[in-house]
Amino acid sequence: MGELQLKDLYEGFRNPQVIEGFAKLIHEEAKKLPHPINIMEVCGGHTHSIMKFGLPQLLPENINFIHGPGCPVCIMPKERIDHAYILAEQEDVILVTLGDMIKVPGSKGSLQDARAKGADVRFIYSPLDALKIAAENPDKKIIFFAIGFETTTPMTTALIETVLKRNITNIYFHINHVTVPEVMVELIDSRDEHVDSYNNRIDAFLGPSHVSVITGSKIYEKFPRDYGRPVVVAGFEPVDIMEAILMIVRQFNENRCELEIEYKRLVSFDGNLKAQALIEKYFEKASLFKWRGLGNVPESGYKLKEEFSHIDAEKIYADILPRQEIEDHKLCICGDILRGMAKPNECTIFGTACKPQTPLGSCMVSSEGACAAYYKYGNLLK
Amino acid sequence: MCLSIPSKVVEIDLERNVATVDTMGVKREAGLELMQDGDVQIGDYVLLHIGFIMNKIDESDALESLKVYSEILEKLDEEERRHLVEEDDNCPNRDA
Ligand code: SF4
Ligand code: SF4
Repeated sequence: MGELQLKDLYEGFRNPQVIEGFAKLIHEEAKKLPHPINIMEVCGGHTHSIMKFGLPQLLPENINFIHGPGCPVCIMPKERIDHAYILAEQEDVILVTLGDMIKVPGSKGSLQDARAKGADVRFIYSPLDALKIAAENPDKKIIFFAIGFETTTPMTTALIETVLKRNITNIYFHINHVTVPEVMVELIDSRDEHVDSYNNRIDAFLGPSHVSVITGSKIYEKFPRDYGRPVVVAGFEPVDIMEAILMIVRQFNENRCELEIEYKRLVSFDGNLKAQALIEKYFEKASLFKWRGLGNVPESGYKLKEEFSHIDAEKIYADILPRQEIEDHKLCICGDILRGMAKPNECTIFGTACKPQTPLGSCMVSSEGACAAYYKYGNLLK
Repeated sequence: MCLSIPSKVVEIDLERNVATVDTMGVKREAGLELMQDGDVQIGDYVLLHIGFIMNKIDESDALESLKVYSEILEKLDEEERRHLVEEDDNCPNRDA
């Protein structure tokens, strides 16, 4: 094979015949499976690919997908969105955040609504865009509403580092970064009163590839070791996902329980050490972070270290930011969906009261949420 | 939020710590803050996320998996060929 072409990289991992080839291999291996297996794809990027490329139809009956927490956008609880809303309402504040946050409703409305009412909310593609906005608006306070899994966390710290190095005095941070392994533990541990064997719902995990580009696969070591759940870190392309499923099935057939990497072209065991060091430098774990649909998860979020309080908007504006919790919509079963107990079409308001245009729960909020993916590609369901 | 289309590095501005990358013909700039100094070179394939280079794509690993995939393709054809032949061998109409 000659020099790597972009086209190869992009299209090679979507080749329908390769996908079918994997499907055949999986069908053959699956005949030997000791029991049916439920595989949780933790990340919405996977859910999206799985639905878009119709992968469930290609799999045998005894392999089932469970859709995980999804996307940092969809798991943002209303309380935090209200914080952003209130900060945006301040006269001298320009609130900046990443694009996907635009339509996520809080209890006062979405940031889009805030903007319609005159608040200065700007959606940026990269945290670095905040630098330009700050330079152009020296008399305003720029507050970066920072969101994301481990994937985006180092980008926020890179901005913090630039702000501090260049002595920029009008950029502040509201940190909402969350971490994946803690919520996976929560999902394994959580039991339902009605279903005794409930904590066995998840047999194996597809690890989100981009998270591991930063963290390395090492963050999942404990799942095979302490929880008996294999983890395969997989890319987002359909071929990646099919290959990862085959790897998981083979583990069960060969009585192995291991951490493996399918996405070797980008993920190593150690990950991006420089990015990890930046996170260490500025952040520490918050004792709790509330996940929309899932509730409080211990140690699953980051906050700025004490010594950086002078740029911490959550501390500076503590007086005006509410603390009380807000309940999710009564009929929304996102919690069950994320725990692998239910599928989106089992929700009574799926596609009626709750649609992508008017989302009521986290799973419908971002295009990568399970309900949104079912809504969009629902005809492909098995 | 996370796109995974690979990009090729076409220019590096060390002063600003920024690289110009080409993603399927679209050129844009990306911050080098998350990469070790000197790690990214012109011609490298990289993965971008919200304006930063997250990591380099290991070319040999990418090629390796593409090779595995084309082997599957070949094997599939072979299997299908065999399948066809076997079907033909066992053809119930043959004895008729
Ligand atoms: S934003 Fe990134 S981590 Fe989140 S669901 Fe999408 S691809 Fe996965
Ligand atoms: S359809 Fe809407 S309300 Fe129902 S579970 Fe999904 S997000 Fe929640």
